[in-house]
Amino acid sequence: MDNNDRLDTSEIRNSKIRGVIKNVFLYVFLGLWALIVLFPFYFMIITSLKGFGAYNSERIPKLFVDNPTFENYVSAFTQVPLAGYFINTLIFTVVTTALMMFVIVLAAYAFARLNFKGKNVVFALFLSLMMIPNELVIITNFVTITNLGLRNTFTGLILPSVTSVFYIYLLKENFEQIPEELYKAAKVDGTSDLKYLLRVMIPISRPTIVTIIILKVIECWNSYVWPRLITDDQNYFLVSNGIQEIRENGFGRENIPAMMAAVVVISVPLIVLFLIFRNKIMEGVSRGGTKG
Amino acid sequence: MENDKTPKKSGKAFLSQFKGYIYLIPALAFLGVFMIYPLVDVLIYSFEEGYNFTSQTRLGVGLYNYSYVLHDTYFTQALKNTFIIVIITVPLSTGIALLISLGLNSIKPLKNAFQTIYFLPYVTNTLAVGLVFMILFKKTAYTDGMINLLINAFGGESVDFIDGPYWAKMMVMCIYTIWVVMPFKILILTSALASVNPVYYKAARVDGTSPFRIFYKITLPMISPMIFYLVITGFIGAFKAYSDEVALFGTDLNAAGMNTLVGYVYDMLYGNSGGYPSYASAAALILFAIVFTITIINLMLSEKTSITQ
Repeated sequence: MDNNDRLDTSEIRNSKIRGVIKNVFLYVFLGLWALIVLFPFYFMIITSLKGFGAYNSERIPKLFVDNPTFENYVSAFTQVPLAGYFINTLIFTVVTTALMMFVIVLAAYAFARLNFKGKNVVFALFLSLMMIPNELVIITNFVTITNLGLRNTFTGLILPSVTSVFYIYLLKENFEQIPEELYKAAKVDGTSDLKYLLRVMIPISRPTIVTIIILKVIECWNSYVWPRLITDDQNYFLVSNGIQEIRENGFGRENIPAMMAAVVVISVPLIVLFLIFRNKIMEGVSRGGTKG
Repeated sequence: MENDKTPKKSGKAFLSQFKGYIYLIPALAFLGVFMIYPLVDVLIYSFEEGYNFTSQTRLGVGLYNYSYVLHDTYFTQALKNTFIIVIITVPLSTGIALLISLGLNSIKPLKNAFQTIYFLPYVTNTLAVGLVFMILFKKTAYTDGMINLLINAFGGESVDFIDGPYWAKMMVMCIYTIWVVMPFKILILTSALASVNPVYYKAARVDGTSPFRIFYKITLPMISPMIFYLVITGFIGAFKAYSDEVALFGTDLNAAGMNTLVGYVYDMLYGNSGGYPSYASAAALILFAIVFTITIINLMLSEKTSITQ
């Protein structure tokens, strides 16, 4: 009896020690990955605060700043048109997202609530379009936009990305979850379809709509390929193309602290957006994210 | 339905027929112009031989564009690069993401903080952060760069990862790709792991099953649909790699020997080597065929494994 008890306590202690070791190992492992993720951000921030001379005299780059300076941020806005890239991206993002919401809300509503001939066929066609990769259609779109003389215009930048079959699908699924009785009751009351959509459907589906808006904003902010094809005039560059331009022609190739300042400025808006809407964004990406 | 017999009602029904399409007009118009028409057009382009973009003339119809593309050394280089990126990054990133998610699911303190940090690469601009990676890996006259200093600290020799040997460039490429795709995978796997019913684990613990066996016999089968989902989307994403390459090696990827299939398509279309929509179309269709085939194989494999479980 006595022997048995002692055995038990030592076993418990053993498993406790094992638990602690396991936890230490776990946290070291997770911490290591966190370090790998954070280090580039840390590096860009400290480098952006170093003076040009100070940076170039460090044969071994220091991981801290001796004399922080904001001159790089000043030159990021004065020597290269960073503010212009910023405003362009803002216009592009806002207009594209707004137009897309208009298009997809109407389409999703038609599929979810209205009855019309050929609805199922049209919807099946829509779904099959989801398989078509952008790379396949971008060639003709480039030719179309070029022939229309819309290169280096916001119209040319925006038009091809104002529909998304996937978001129509996502929103339609959401609309369908709203009880049809509500719709019938509204019809009896003589509410028009458009009014019902605006007053009932959209407010109820707000979480999904916000999710779609956030995903689209992230996509717009980071879009690179289409803007690169369609603009070669710096006045219409978005931030991605801007940063590429800065890297290849701005500041002079060696002014890395100034480049890092530009990188920080470009990265901040989305990171702030993420920190504010963290749960919303993570939930949205797990439902409809595609980058991976 | 019977109500339709009265003329007034059927008139209304006709109107509502019409209404559905009115709501669809914007979507149909945009999809028609920017998706369905291009889809037909890309096929036509790919078979038109000697198409001249400025004069809009062609010499004939046939498979010449495909044969040209397949014999182009830039294309075969791009094909090779893309396959290497796919084969290295998809299994590695999925595996590491699984390990991290398992770790995340077995801790409580700091879990939220870790999740927030891990997600950051998703919301950053690839081009911008790629520039930081380039500087970390690049060897210049002034400095060997952070990564080389780290390698030196472990007794290794400095390598120029950006302008140096092929394997070194490929390594940076893969590391950066993995860094970029991890957030999505960790997010999906963490929520998949959290949704496994804890009753299974309790039952297994009562039976005294070893942790490794629990993972292999319970966790893995339960989350395997999500793993397959990630592998499939990972394959598709990796085959379309392009922006990450530009971020590290600049816009002239052919010169760096680091072009990808998508990069080849764009280079054929635009830029210094551009102006050949026919070649671009043929290359894009070849890419689509590859991605399509591999996705089908993946789907078949995933079905097979879920039956045996």
